[in-house]
Formats: sequence, C-alpha cells, structure tokens
Amino acid sequence: MTAAQPLPTLEITALEKRFGETQVLRSIDLNVRNGELVFVIGPSGSGKSTMLRCCNRLEEPTSGAIHVSGKPMLGIPRKELDRMRLQVGMVFQGFFLYPHLTALKNVTLAQRKALKRPRAEAEARALEMLDKVGLKHKADAMPSELSGGQQQRVAIARALALDPKVMLFDEPTSALDPELVGSVLKVMRDLREGGMTMIVVSHEMQFAREAADRVVFMDGGVIVEEGPPEEIFGNPKSDRLKAFLSRVSGEAA
Amino acid sequence: MDFFNAFLNPEIIARYLPALIRAVWVTLWISVLVVISGLALGALLAGLRAYQKRWLSWPIVLFADLMRALPPLVLMLVLFFGLPSVGIILADWFVLYLILTLVLAAFVEEIFWATMTSLPRGQWEAGAATGLSFLQVLLHVIFPQSLRMNIPPLVNRSLTISKMTAYGSVIGVKEIVSVAGSAQAFSGSATPLTMAALAYLIIFYPAMLLSRYIENRFHYEH
Repeated sequence: MTAAQPLPTLEITALEKRFGETQVLRSIDLNVRNGELVFVIGPSGSGKSTMLRCCNRLEEPTSGAIHVSGKPMLGIPRKELDRMRLQVGMVFQGFFLYPHLTALKNVTLAQRKALKRPRAEAEARALEMLDKVGLKHKADAMPSELSGGQQQRVAIARALALDPKVMLFDEPTSALDPELVGSVLKVMRDLREGGMTMIVVSHEMQFAREAADRVVFMDGGVIVEEGPPEEIFGNPKSDRLKAFLSRVSGEAA
Repeated sequence: MDFFNAFLNPEIIARYLPALIRAVWVTLWISVLVVISGLALGALLAGLRAYQKRWLSWPIVLFADLMRALPPLVLMLVLFFGLPSVGIILADWFVLYLILTLVLAAFVEEIFWATMTSLPRGQWEAGAATGLSFLQVLLHVIFPQSLRMNIPPLVNRSLTISKMTAYGSVIGVKEIVSVAGSAQAFSGSATPLTMAALAYLIIFYPAMLLSRYIENRFHYEH
C-alpha cells in the first residue's frame, strides 16, 4: 500500500476460522473502502455469515487480522473490543430487538450505556435515526406491535445511532415476508447514498445489481471471485459462480 | 352454638388479640426481609453463573441443589441447636430469616438461570454488537426480560417461603403459629388457631391479588 492510498475502512487479512475439525474460512482477504457497498453472495454454508460475524468478533477468528480504520479488532482486551464494536454496526437476520423496550429505548440503550451520551442527546439522536428509517411515529411502540420489516428498520436505526464506520448486514431480509422486503432495501439504498460503508450478505440479487459497488462470491470458505456487479452477474468466470448463478436464477424463475 | 364457641369465642378473641397482632407483625417483617434478600441474592447468583467461570458456577450449582434438596426445618434445627455447641449463638429470628433467605435464593437462582439460558442467543449478540459490556447486556437486556417472564413463579415462590415463617414456632420465634399455639394450649380453645388462620388470610390474600396485578401489568408479547 502506498502512502497516497487512504486506509480501508475495513481490512480483513488472511482470516481463518475452524469449528473443531471443520475449516469454515480459509485465508480470506477483503478490503472495504470508505463509502463502498460490498455485497457477498454464495451458497449456504459457504462461510459468508461467519466472515461477517468475525468482523465484530461475535465469532472468534482462528487466525488472521481484522482492522477497522487501521485499528486492530483482534488481540485487544474486552474493554477495547467493546469500544471497537461501537464502530461496527450489525444488523441480524432475526432483528433481535429488545422485546421489553420501546422502539425509542431500543435505539437509546447502547448510546446511553456504551457511548455515555446524556439522555436528551441520545433521544434526539434516536428520533433522528428512526425518522431516517421512516419510523419516527413508532418511537413509543413495543417491538411486538411492529411488523417484521418495521422491526428490522428499528434494528438498523439502533446500529446507526452509534455512528459506526461500517455496517454489517447479515441476511437482513431473509426472515421477512416478501411484501416487507422493499422497505428494508429502501433504507439500505438511502444509507448507501448517504455514503455509509457497508458489507451485505444477502440473496437479494436484484439489489446487488443495482446498489453494490463490488460483489464477492464465496464458496467453501474462500473468496472465489469478486468484481463489479456487471462482471459477476454478466460475465462470471469460475464454474462454481456460473453454477451458483444458474441455480439462483432457476429459483427466481 | 358449641361450634361457634369452639372456633370463634369472643372472650378468647379479646384476650389474645393483642398478642396475635404483635405476632402478625413478626411474621410480616420477617417475610418481607426474606423475600427482598432472597430475590436479590438469587438474582445475583444467577448473574454470577452467567459468567460461566467454572470456579464460580460450580459452588453456585452445589448451593442451589443442596438448599432445594434439604427441608428448611432441618437446616434451622441444625443451626439453632447445633451452633451453640461450638460457641456460636444466633437469635431465633435470625436463624429463621437466614435459612428461608438461602432457600428462596436457591430457587430464584434456578428460575432466573433457566430463562436466561432459554433467551435467543441473538439477544446477547445484539447487545454485544452495540458495544455493551457483558455486565451491561446482563443488566439491561437479559435480566429485565428474564424477570418479566418469571414473575408468576417468583411470586409463587415468595408466597410459599413467606408461609414457611411458621417453622419459626419450632425454634421459638414469636410469629403467628407460635403465639396461636401457646394461646391454644393455655386456653384449651381452638379459637386462637382460627384467629391464626384468619391472620394468614389477611396477610396473604392481598399479596395474592397484588401478584395477579403485577403479572398482568408486566405481561408482554414476545
């Protein structure tokens, strides 16, 4: 890397992950630039979610290195890890809103306890973020009163309110009824236009075509192919990617 | 009206009412202390167990199992009549308070632990992913959910353990059963025992209604 190049926002180097005898990830290298949207596709069991979960250490990597804005995520004390995790927002397939708290309190909790923001500031920020995902009017609703799509948007607001440098989306629309997917994708598109750095693991190929800067295809724990969406979808090189794409389009048809 | 005279003799009621009212206060304050400290200690133990350090979990599990297996009365007798032989003399009310608190804590720990482990792992992960420390996730995410899910069993356990203050009569605590029992022996009338039963109703029936209210108040859809 030359001095002129800016530091990647997220830098994954030689990442390996083993679960006992099973090697789930082998020497993954991936750099995500500031403001870039990287879309990760691949068959189930290819290690895409595990890679994402290694980035904020919900999964402990076996070896390798991960840096966020040049600062290491691995080999740091838990206190430092908690601080680093503030910079890496995560959105889960299962939403995981806190069911005992209102939408607003879901978004203020970590601001108050982890960032130590005063209540008024945290609430103002939460309302701003809920507005961004189109749910300001639901601030006082309990999660059980919200649809799946609304819950996922609150979960996005919860992560955004901490001003992360990068957002990780782990199959954010897979648990949603088809008619609710659009509202979540719209929020993600808005985020991208606002310059947020994002890694998205998803099966929404249409969204990948429209919104991704780069598509990464994983299979068997390695990155098989990566490139701009036109290349990956229009001119796949490896047989594994061709087979995967024909299976996926077969399902869609 | 022989029946009425046997169980609710007005003269006997008048004679023993002041002593019984004092006994009601003893039962009440010991119960309140036991419930407060038992719930707090049980929650604390479940929280410590959540750290999943073997040197912490192992003694907690052993404690919970022993306290749930042994009859509280046996523990009280051992403490009250056994400890003086090694020179430790504990007040009767303190033995009652201590043993009931430990037994309640053991059940409460198990109740909390069961739900804490049954909550989706994603709840822990969502908290951790937003930079909350383990303790913060425990206190602000896991514990409140666990508490709300557990209000019915916690209330039941608290009521059950409060009624066990009656064991105090065996070691001389001047609570309801003890006072009513000696009144019955002196007067030869069953009336003080009826009064004891009514006294328990007056204490625990409102507690039951309160628990219904709390259960409804904190109910939420998961």
